[in-house]
Amino acid sequence: MRYTKDHEWAKLEGKRVRVGITDHAQTELTDVVYVELPAVGKSVKHGEPIGTVESVKAVSEIFAPASGTVVEVNKTLVNQPELVNKDPYGSGWMVVLEASDPKEVSSLMDPAAYRHHIGE
Amino acid sequence: MTFRQAHWDEPLLMEKRSAPDVPIDVADLVPPKLRREGLAIPNLAEFDVVRHFTRLSQMNFGIDTGFYPLGSCTMKFNPKFTEELAALPTVARIHPDQDEATVQGALRLLYELQGILAKIAGMDAVTLQPAAGAQGEYTGLLLAAAYHRDRGETRNQVILPDTAHGTNFASAGMLGYDIVEIPSKDGRVDLKALESAAGDKTLAFMLTNPNTLGIFEEHVLEIADVVHAAGGLLYYDGANFNAILGRTSPGKMNFDIVHFNLHKTFTTPHGGGGPGAGPVGVKKALEPFLPVPLVSLNGRGYHLDYDRPKSIGKVRAWYGNFALLVRAYAYILRMGGDGLREVSDRAVLNANYVRHRLQGVLDVPFGGLRKHEFVASAASLTAKGIRTVDLAKRLMDFGYHPPTVYFPHLVEEALMIEPTETETKETLDAFVEALTKIVGEDPDVLRSAPQNTAVRRVDEVRAAREPILSARMARAAKAAPS
Repeated sequence: MRYTKDHEWAKLEGKRVRVGITDHAQTELTDVVYVELPAVGKSVKHGEPIGTVESVKAVSEIFAPASGTVVEVNKTLVNQPELVNKDPYGSGWMVVLEASDPKEVSSLMDPAAYRHHIGE
Repeated sequence: MTFRQAHWDEPLLMEKRSAPDVPIDVADLVPPKLRREGLAIPNLAEFDVVRHFTRLSQMNFGIDTGFYPLGSCTMKFNPKFTEELAALPTVARIHPDQDEATVQGALRLLYELQGILAKIAGMDAVTLQPAAGAQGEYTGLLLAAAYHRDRGETRNQVILPDTAHGTNFASAGMLGYDIVEIPSKDGRVDLKALESAAGDKTLAFMLTNPNTLGIFEEHVLEIADVVHAAGGLLYYDGANFNAILGRTSPGKMNFDIVHFNLHKTFTTPHGGGGPGAGPVGVKKALEPFLPVPLVSLNGRGYHLDYDRPKSIGKVRAWYGNFALLVRAYAYILRMGGDGLREVSDRAVLNANYVRHRLQGVLDVPFGGLRKHEFVASAASLTAKGIRTVDLAKRLMDFGYHPPTVYFPHLVEEALMIEPTETETKETLDAFVEALTKIVGEDPDVLRSAPQNTAVRRVDEVRAAREPILSARMARAAKAAPS
């Protein structure tokens, strides 16, 4: 698992990358009430916004951790946005990208670097 | 238990019925095809209407009931003499379509207010039309775009610091501009970041000074130089004007455009989110683009000047929220220049007094004096299971409106406190003592607050996920519980 400075996680599954937001991000956001996700088939560039997460506290953008095409989105979140809080690394995942260059993911932060990034 | 509000089980006006039905024979007046049965018009006696609204007011909280330190909103007391003036028949009963010759007094008031606001802000011309601060921002950006277009330039980037008000992002976004957000350094604009962001696409840089942390951007003249060297314009968000009246002005700080929030700085009511008034002032170079009409004075008197070929057009029906303009005008004349300077001095003193007294109770990130407001952090309390929202809710039990919370985002667990100039030392002391007591209370008490208000803690998560936005939706939800 790799991490971005904007608190997304990215997990390589072959050429595909599963994306969500970190436990730290969901704690900071507090209760998530709405998740907006991109359309399947949309091509995205590394660092571009691909969706939004709205909590009772704030609205935040989700940024693509790598360039590629959206091949899957977690439609369950539309009716159960609380999964982002309950299980951010599991059933709270947001999108799956077909990465054009999977190496982009390996160059993101590793767990130790991310822990340092959030001051742990 | 000290109850802070009444709790009436008050039905909607439509659900009440106290006056007798009076049949009106419309046979001769209205053709059959235009007649309807059962119009949804409340049928009430005067006493029932009065009771209804009195009860609602008793369940409410306002500046007339208590201390309201809602940061960034400047919830200062609205003096009642301005209400009396706004209610005069010569103000309340005139019509915007009346012949100019019959409303010379009203036009003179608008003309003079344009000039007074321009003088206060160090600008050359003012439009009174925009109906609120956000509409002022929108108008200001339209003016900036018209200015660049007139010079044959296309610029589509608006630069904003990360401390900017959310409305700045919204105004730029509504106009379809690209937003470039720059990070802060020590709670101030990072000049280096601004230098690298500014360029030939820069339409404007929007800044509020003091910023949302209550910190005065002392490098504002350098900021202006950077923006102007790139060919962009500098926009002053007037939300924090209450900190600088008579001490400095957007004009002295080399801003090109400014909006005023009359409902903040000049004591007109905020009433339920509106109506506001957000006049916009500009430097000479932007004057030709101001909305029509401006109020002008010629040999025959005051008149509405529509002969402005480069104008961006109208941004609001008629001439703005006139009754609010009357209140602001009256307040400014009553205070005078010296009085307005004292307003800011006291607003700044009050904010710093509360900040100083809260030392050891809550952290205040970024050292030094503040202007009219400051941002405290409750991050040190999260270990005890207390969050800012719990402090805010508990303050309501003590009879205070909570401060602005969770803004700006760069401060964790933020509470943005703005006491305003009209509060006494006794009120400020009592507020500090309440907050001090709350911080030491049992976390369970805080998490179940408020207990003493008309409405207990609202389930914000459920409200956001299953919004009930009207009485009809509420009835439907009651009839079919999910």
